Amino acid sequence: MSVVFVLIGASLLVAVGFLAAYLWAVKSGQFDDKHTPSIRILFENNKKSQNEESKKPNTGNTQPNEKK
Amino acid sequence: MERTEHNQNSEILEQQSGTRIFCYHCGDECPDDSIHINEKIFCCNGCKTVYEILHQHDLCNYYDIDNSPGITKKYDVKRNLDFLDDPDLKQKLIDFSDGKTSKVTLTIPQMHCSSCIWILENLYKLNDGIISSQVNFLQKKLFINYSEERTNLRQIVELLDSIGYEPLLNLEEKKEEKAKAENRNLYYKIGIAGFCFGNIMLLSFPEYLSIGTEELPEMKRIFAYINILLSLPVFFYSSTEYFSSAWKGLKKKIVNIDVPIALGILVLFLRSVIDILFLNGAGYLDSLSGLVFFLLIGKLFQNKTYETLNFERNYKSYFPISVTIRKENVETTIPVEKLEVGKRIIVRNNEIIPADSILIKGKANIDYSFVTGESKPITKFTGEMIYAGGRQVGEAIELETIKEVSQSYLTQLWNSKTFHKEEESKIVSLANSISKHFTFIVLLIAIAGTVYWLFSDVTLAFNAFTAVLIVACPCALALSTPFTLGNTLRIFGRNKFYLKNTNVIEQLASVDHIVFDKTGTITENNSAEVKFVGQLSQYEKSLIKSSVRNSSHPLSRSIYNFFDNTDLIPIELFNEISGEGIEAIINGHKIKIGSRYFASTSQMANDNGTRVYISIDNNDTGYFIISNKYRDGLKEIISRLEKEYELSLLSGDNDSEREKLRDFFADDKELHFKQSPHEKLDYINNLQKNGKKVLMIGDGLNDAGALKQSDVGISISDNINNFSPACDGILDANSFNKLADFIHFSRKSKKVIIASFVLSFIYNIIGLAFAVSGSLSPIVAAILMPISSISVVVFTTFSVNFIARKERFI
Repeated sequence: MSVVFVLIGASLLVAVGFLAAYLWAVKSGQFDDKHTPSIRILFENNKKSQNEESKKPNTGNTQPNEKK
Repeated sequence: MERTEHNQNSEILEQQSGTRIFCYHCGDECPDDSIHINEKIFCCNGCKTVYEILHQHDLCNYYDIDNSPGITKKYDVKRNLDFLDDPDLKQKLIDFSDGKTSKVTLTIPQMHCSSCIWILENLYKLNDGIISSQVNFLQKKLFINYSEERTNLRQIVELLDSIGYEPLLNLEEKKEEKAKAENRNLYYKIGIAGFCFGNIMLLSFPEYLSIGTEELPEMKRIFAYINILLSLPVFFYSSTEYFSSAWKGLKKKIVNIDVPIALGILVLFLRSVIDILFLNGAGYLDSLSGLVFFLLIGKLFQNKTYETLNFERNYKSYFPISVTIRKENVETTIPVEKLEVGKRIIVRNNEIIPADSILIKGKANIDYSFVTGESKPITKFTGEMIYAGGRQVGEAIELETIKEVSQSYLTQLWNSKTFHKEEESKIVSLANSISKHFTFIVLLIAIAGTVYWLFSDVTLAFNAFTAVLIVACPCALALSTPFTLGNTLRIFGRNKFYLKNTNVIEQLASVDHIVFDKTGTITENNSAEVKFVGQLSQYEKSLIKSSVRNSSHPLSRSIYNFFDNTDLIPIELFNEISGEGIEAIINGHKIKIGSRYFASTSQMANDNGTRVYISIDNNDTGYFIISNKYRDGLKEIISRLEKEYELSLLSGDNDSEREKLRDFFADDKELHFKQSPHEKLDYINNLQKNGKKVLMIGDGLNDAGALKQSDVGISISDNINNFSPACDGILDANSFNKLADFIHFSRKSKKVIIASFVLSFIYNIIGLAFAVSGSLSPIVAAILMPISSISVVVFTTFSVNFIARKERFI
């Protein structure tokens, strides 16, 4: 039954690892701006998409579009 | 003869305009497709230029992320950025510089979509001196890292100006850094408290369920010791602010809600440690860490802030940082705070007059919309005095200053003591006022219980005393306020009413006198009541609409919006003479729109409202009467509020609209006209001296004093991202008609808090029954505490949402 102490020690160690990861995340500013990254992730890889864009013929877009 | 020609023309026009054309860059309607590159059509050359810049640098992805994401350059005026070369001023704007690379944070109000983020984060492609740029979208901030060797601040600002993202440049105090650190601290505290809470709970399970305690008696001991270790960071780090807040309160002889909380936490910790170390018990460490964890979550919920909005602005955030002075025909730029009396200053188009001065040269056309809410510019002539805060529209003017910047008519308002007293003193929240009695009663019970048991059993007496303090720890009480008000704040936010913090809701609920400003507050800013006197054909309407399209004068905008279903015709020639009107030639017709002297030959009597005269080919066609339009639903709001509150109106204008206002306000005595900014402040102050709780609703800088002095100051804004003076809340003009509902709702929220107090008192009484009998076991505490907290949170959340649904807020 004394194996339970080893297990508790191990589990606490793992938990401390997660706590450290969380504290690092806060420290590095990941919780300062919770909105912009959600938009940024949707941008395609810049270089690639621009090459495609320049290959494409001009696509005139004259549709009315409400600004957000 | 002429009529038929008009008709023909309009027929041709209708054929042409079967499909309406919109600008590829900004999405505005284009009169024709004359400005274009390949198939892409632009509304103006400014928009076309931006497209060209982006195209050249392979940044056309901008147009793929969102359609027509650009900012129109139609009314664009080039700014004078000379001051950015001044090393002193530059130093103040930059966050950090080591001589080679510099960091700067710019505020860009124009950011509105994902394309904006994309282009602003790809700035390095437009200027190779920019190392990196990052956007915080909600705060509308752009963080730039650049190399001092390859570029400078001025070039970066010019680049941003050229693509339509004009950064705001002012020397607003950099308070935000502090707020950010506080916010991060809360996250650390919650993380650590949560971690310890979870693990302590886990290690307490054998104790709760009596598992293994017989086979392995040392397990209970070791688990309890680990629990003490885990509770140390909770006690010494996560809960510190409750102790400091309680201490601060006690020093001022106020028993705030944090006093019983701190007492509870302290007793929980000490009793648990003594229990474990000396009495072979299990302690209440699980309850302790859970309590702190829930309280901090409540705090996070309450701390919801609107990052985009700034509730602390004063005139400095909108006045220029620098001013051009002329001395012996040499123009130099100096920081505005160094401006002295008697200096000759040059104010160019769209610049703000920094100090009260006398007009020396040029024609002044001053737009005071930021100050008074009145959007029509006022014309001033040489020798006349011009108050600081106005924006010059038109040619450059020369002025001589007669007051210092901080001593001007408007700015001296900020010298009054209203702006220097401490904010906290006026807030006595419901929870704090209750906690005084609460703490007293709890201590009384605890002492009574101890005395009772002292005669029979000393250990039991100690147990009972500590147990009462533990159970009485007003966790549920402390949670009900943040969750109720935090939820209300969010519901208000969803309805475009943004409050500085949750205290404002409680204040709003206790208001008994409401004061309104007139111009810009109960009248609409950008849509005026337009009436045309005369006859116009469809073609003439098109002529007029096309002519005013290029003018950014507020009257032109009103006329432009007046013609709804009218087509646009390309303009051949356009000329705007500031203070007089506009001239345009369209299809060979000469159109003049403007003042009577400018556009008309007739002699007519003046009445209320502003008139704009029209002449087409030198024939008087008629005139527009443009008058203030009162906001939709004003009548209904006033009559609703009149039943419960005293109302008054403070206007800086003369009383020409008194008659009209009588329709809205029943009590004529409460209409005050010609009020200076200082008089507005004093008026509020007097009401408060008579024991009134005042809600002030205003908009411009001239209301800043009154907004600050009042118990709740709400500023109305057509665009919440625009400037609004320091206040407790910003109400989007579109939600003005819900004003009475908002006040009503805040009162209901207060009732919800009271109801949840009753609920949490019931829990406390149950707990006390266990406690005074000396039989509070750790498991009872561990069950009672979370259940009471969670049920209070659930109760407040549901009831606030229920009321919101009933009032149609969600």
